[in-house]
Amino acid sequence: MLTWIILLIVAVIVFWFIGTYNMFITLKNRVKNAWAQIDVQLKRRYDLIPNLVETVKGYAKHEREVFENVTELRTRAMSASGPKEVGEANNMLTGALKTLFAVAENYPELKANENFLKLQEELTNTENKIAFSRQFYNDIVMRYNMSQEKIPAAIVARIMGLTPSEYYPVPEEERGTVKVSF
Amino acid sequence: MKRTLYELIGENKRRTFLFLVIFSILLIGIGYLFVYALEWGTIGLIFIGLFVILYNIIVYYNSDKIALVSVGAIPAKEEDFKVLHNVVEEVSVAAGIPKPKVFVMNETQPNAFATGRNPQNASICVTTGLLQMMNREELQGVIAHEMSHIRNYDILLMTVIGIVVGLIILLRDIFLRSMWLGGGRRGRDRDNANGILMIIGLILAIVSPILVALIRAAISRQREYLADADGAYIVRDPYGLASALEKIGSYKKPMQVASDATAHLFISSPFAGEKYFATHPPIEDRIKRLKSLTF
Repeated sequence: MLTWIILLIVAVIVFWFIGTYNMFITLKNRVKNAWAQIDVQLKRRYDLIPNLVETVKGYAKHEREVFENVTELRTRAMSASGPKEVGEANNMLTGALKTLFAVAENYPELKANENFLKLQEELTNTENKIAFSRQFYNDIVMRYNMSQEKIPAAIVARIMGLTPSEYYPVPEEERGTVKVSF
Repeated sequence: MKRTLYELIGENKRRTFLFLVIFSILLIGIGYLFVYALEWGTIGLIFIGLFVILYNIIVYYNSDKIALVSVGAIPAKEEDFKVLHNVVEEVSVAAGIPKPKVFVMNETQPNAFATGRNPQNASICVTTGLLQMMNREELQGVIAHEMSHIRNYDILLMTVIGIVVGLIILLRDIFLRSMWLGGGRRGRDRDNANGILMIIGLILAIVSPILVALIRAAISRQREYLADADGAYIVRDPYGLASALEKIGSYKKPMQVASDATAHLFISSPFAGEKYFATHPPIEDRIKRLKSLTF
């Protein structure tokens, strides 16, 4: 009788362990997947920026500082690694782009340029998609990190050697809303 | 009481099923009278049975296409409607569903609707008037409202009801017309048949306004308030939609293709004036509720 009870308990623990293990694997992959979605948008943005700078340069030659700032921040963002670092660099890049578009307001001819308008729309599109996928990514990271801390799942997490994932930082001025418009 | 998304989806699917069952029974009843009147016998009944099955399949799989065609919507080309496509794509990322197909209809009244049977087979249609009048944030708000209808399966119920009611109205007109046209014929059999056709026509004439009233009940105002709030939550911004509704509310001309079968699909009533008040809550009230939201 006693052996049966012990066997039963062991069986329950084994099944629980397998279930929890699989839950962590699923969550881990979801985090990875959510990050991949942001990454695609970030890459698209890096590709658009040189084009934009070239177009604006043709009309606003004297704003060298602004261009240099954007170009430099783009390079920095591209070489950053990990969600936190990448996020911070990109948030700074967003700020620099805002300045660039604010400067563009002073050049009516530039604002009428079809290529410029197209690039502006493309960048707004990527910007919004980054903001929305960030929301999604951070939600999943929160679930993943919280399940790692809760007992008894924390034991499995420890055995698996899991570490909490980094959040994608939300820029200060955007807390609460994710709307971006240049 | 707060309901989860899953409960809402379940409820919409159940209601759609129930609606199709009730309507099938009605259709079989009418078909029976019809077969009886024309003395078609068993073959006629089998025919009616097959027709009802086929009809339900068509309604389930194609009512979105019928709705789109009936309002004259055409697919929006990516190169011509770049901003619209971009906004739809962004909001679908935010809502976590696949990007719906995008349609436009040539109409000056600013309006929009969504249709389809599930998020994987959904379409969003906007009027050209809406595109002209709205800035990017407002457009985003309107699309988010529609995206919420798609995500919680409102589109399935609303589209199916619309198409079924459309058929009822059509049948009623056919039967009532045959009643007048049948007058010239002679013979006792013909008189008998005409008598029953007339009864069917009368039944439909009585039933159709009741059905229209039922739609109003099924698509309660609560559904629109919910889509407003949920849409605002999807993009974390209630002001875009609020400002879009203000613009929509100030436009007073009716839509050219407005009809009872599709009116409830739209974000705001396509009719002018207060006659069709009941399908949509008052716009001022929706704006007020939106502006009180914080996230």
